[in-house]
Amino acid sequence: MKVKRTELTWWERLYLPTLINGFKVTLRHFFSWKRSEVYGDKQKEFTAKTTMQYPEEKWDVPTGYRGAPYLVKDVDEKTKCVSCQLCEFICPPKAIRITPPGDSGVVDREGAEKMPEEFEINMLRCIYCGFCQEVCPEEAIFLLEDYAINGETREELIYNKGKLLALGGADKRAYNHHVQCDVDEGIKKWETKTREAGEQPAFH
Amino acid sequence: MAAKRTEPAVETVTVKVDGCAVEVPRTMPNWQGKPEPTTVLQACKQAGIEIPHYCYHPKMPVAGNCRMCLVHVAMPGRPGPDGKAPTNEDGSPKVFPMQLPYEPGTPRGVIGCATGIVPGMEIYASSPETKEMRKAVLESLLINHPLDCPICDQAGECKLQEYSVDHGQPESRFAEVKVHKPKAVDLGPRITLDAERCMLCTRCIRFTASVVGDDALGIVNRGSYNAISSYPGQPFDNNYTLNTVDICPVGALTSDDFRFQMRVWFLKETKSLCTGCGTGCNTVIGSRENRMYRYEPRQNDAVNSCWMCDAGRLDYKWIGRDDRLGKLHGPRGNTTWPSALREISGHLAKAAEGSVAIVASARQTNEELFLLNKLAKRYKALTDSVPRNGEADHLLVAGDRNPNTTGAQLIGVTTQRVGSKLSAIVKGIVSGKIMTLIVYGEDVTQHGIDAKLLGKLKMLIVSDILPNATTRKADYLLPGCSHAEKRGTFTNVKGRVQKFTKALEPSGDAMPEWEVLHELVHNVTGLDGFNSIEGLFNQMADEVKAFKAAGLTWASLGDNGADVKL
Repeated sequence: MKVKRTELTWWERLYLPTLINGFKVTLRHFFSWKRSEVYGDKQKEFTAKTTMQYPEEKWDVPTGYRGAPYLVKDVDEKTKCVSCQLCEFICPPKAIRITPPGDSGVVDREGAEKMPEEFEINMLRCIYCGFCQEVCPEEAIFLLEDYAINGETREELIYNKGKLLALGGADKRAYNHHVQCDVDEGIKKWETKTREAGEQPAFH
Repeated sequence: MAAKRTEPAVETVTVKVDGCAVEVPRTMPNWQGKPEPTTVLQACKQAGIEIPHYCYHPKMPVAGNCRMCLVHVAMPGRPGPDGKAPTNEDGSPKVFPMQLPYEPGTPRGVIGCATGIVPGMEIYASSPETKEMRKAVLESLLINHPLDCPICDQAGECKLQEYSVDHGQPESRFAEVKVHKPKAVDLGPRITLDAERCMLCTRCIRFTASVVGDDALGIVNRGSYNAISSYPGQPFDNNYTLNTVDICPVGALTSDDFRFQMRVWFLKETKSLCTGCGTGCNTVIGSRENRMYRYEPRQNDAVNSCWMCDAGRLDYKWIGRDDRLGKLHGPRGNTTWPSALREISGHLAKAAEGSVAIVASARQTNEELFLLNKLAKRYKALTDSVPRNGEADHLLVAGDRNPNTTGAQLIGVTTQRVGSKLSAIVKGIVSGKIMTLIVYGEDVTQHGIDAKLLGKLKMLIVSDILPNATTRKADYLLPGCSHAEKRGTFTNVKGRVQKFTKALEPSGDAMPEWEVLHELVHNVTGLDGFNSIEGLFNQMADEVKAFKAAGLTWASLGDNGADVKL
C-alpha cells in the first residue's frame, strides 16, 4: 500500500513552531496544580504534581488488570494446579510448558490425582492475553498486578513452578485482584459462569 | 480391487437409510469372520452414516448393553390373508414405524448393533425421534459419570466426550448426589482402573474373555454400584491387557505407562510397525517434540486386527535412551560423514574378494539388507545374521523375535538357518583370511566373535544405535537410526511386506543406515539410479525374486502392506 504523505506547509517545515508547541504542553503540566488520576491513592500527601518515583513507587493497577500470570495456592496453601495442560494448549505464544508427573507423581492435597512435576512460564514470550486464566478448570492461574518483569538473562525469565507459586500466593490475593462475585471465599469461577449462564436467555 | 469384482455376486438386501435406498449384503462377517445377518449399524455404515456406539466393536462379540446405537426404524408390513403385503394408497409397500406396544404413538428404538436388517426396512438414522433417544441415553450414561474432563487422561480421545458434544444436551438435569466409586484401582501390573468413569460397556470383559481367552474381568456389585473388577486375588496380567485401554471408550482403564505422561492432543501420530517380533503389528507412534510417548495398534486385518501385545507395546523406551550413539567415530576420534565415507570407501576399494565378511541384523529394513547384500556380492563376502527366538503364543506373538528375518532370507543375507554361517566367519578371522568385518546392529561378541577375535581384524566397521562390546572395538562407528527415525520396510514371518514412516528426528550425527549404505555401495560398486527410499525400494523390488514375483512397488504397499510368496 502506498501511503500518501501530506505536504508540509512552509510554517510546519520551519520546525521551530512545532518545538515551541511541544514545550507549551510540558510547561502546562509543570505548572498544573491538578493531580493526574493515574496516581490513584499513592501520592495523596503531595498536593502539587510531581514525577512518580518509579520503580520505588508504582501506580495502582486497575481491577482486572492483566499483569504477569502466576500460579495461586488454595486457602490451605496447597497447589491448585492439576497439570491438565489446557493453558499450555491454549497459550498463543507457547510461553507455558508443563512437565506432567507420570503415574508416580506426588500430590499435596486431597481430591487431586496429579500435579505438575514442573510448570514453566517464559515471561519473555507471554503476551498477557489471559487465555490461561480463562481456560483453567481449577482456577489455579491468574494474571495478577505485576507488569514490569525484568531479569539479566533469558533463563532467569523462565519462571518455574516454585517461583510462580511463591509469586502467586494464596487464593485471596487473586480474589482481591479480580473482584468477580460478592462471596468472601475466593473466586468461584464455575459459580460465576453458572450464574452468568442462568442470566442469559436459553439457547437451543 | 480388480480381483474383487470377479467374485460371485453377494446376495443383497435393499433398505432405506434416512430416505435413501441402499443395497447392502444380506450377511456380513462377524468378529470371527463368520457370516451373520447384516445389522442396522453396519447397513448405516455402508450408507455412509455413523451410528454412535460404545459397547459395539467390529472385532468383538456383540453385547448390546450401552444402548447408544438406538435408532428408530420402520418395518415392512406382514402379508395379509391374501398373501399380499399391505400397501399405501399409491401402491407402494407400506411400512410401520416401530412404537411402544403399551403406548401407541410413542416411537420405539432398536439397538443398531444387534438388530438384523430385513428387506424394505426403513432406518431413520437422523430423525428427531432417534436424536431424542440418543440424548436420553447419554443423559442416563452421564448420571454417575464425573464431569471433570479437563483433568481426565482420556480427554481428547473420549467417545463419551465426543458423543456428548454431537448428540447430548447442553446441561445436566441431575440434581442428586452422584455415586462415588473407587478411583485409581490397581487392576493389574500395567492397568489402572477408575471405576467412577467406567460406563460399563463391558468391552474390556469381552475382549479378554473372547479374543484373548483369559476370562479375567467381570462386573461386581449391583445397580448403580456396578464396577469392573478382576477375579478376586488375581491380577489382570495377560500379555494383551493394554488393548483394553485402547478399546475403553472412556477414561476408566488407563495404561500405567502412559497415564499422566502427556495429553493426547499434543501427540503427533505416525504410522509405524512394532519391532518386537516377526509378526510386525501395525502401530501408530504418538510423539511430541521428538520424544516418543506411546505405541497404539493400527488396524490391519491381515496382520494384527486391532490389537498388539503388551510386550511389544512397551518395547519403545530404548528409542529415547540417554546412551544412544550420536557421535560418528573414526580411528582418529570424532569425524564427519563425508570423510568417514571417503575413508571407508577407499579401504573397501582396496580390499580383496573374500577378505570381507558382513554380519547384518534381522532388525534392519529390507532396503538396508539389500544394499548390504550388494556389498557382499562385490566381495563374495560371507554374510549372516543373528537369530533371536522366543515362545510363540496363540494370538500375535511370533517365535521369531526379529522383525525382518524373512526379509533377510528373501534378500539372501542369511539362509533358512539364521546364524549358521557365523562359525565360518569366526574361522575366517582366525585364519586371517577375513580382514574386514562389517557389523550392522548386532553385538557379535555375544555370538562367538569375541573381543580378541575382533582385535585380529584390520578393519571393523560397526553401525549401531546403542553402545555394546562390539561398538567399543569399532574402527569406524556409524551411529544409526531406530525404525522410528527413518523410513523403510520389514517383511514379517508370513511374508507380508509393510512399511513404516519417520516419527522422530535422529539425534547427533546419526543418519538412516540406508543413506550411508547407499553412498558406500555407490562408491564401491557404482550402483545408483535412485535418490529416495521409494526409488531404492522399487529397485530392490525389481531385483529380489520374491518381491518381483509379487509385483511390489513402494506405492502399492499402501498403509497395510502386501503379501509375497515364501
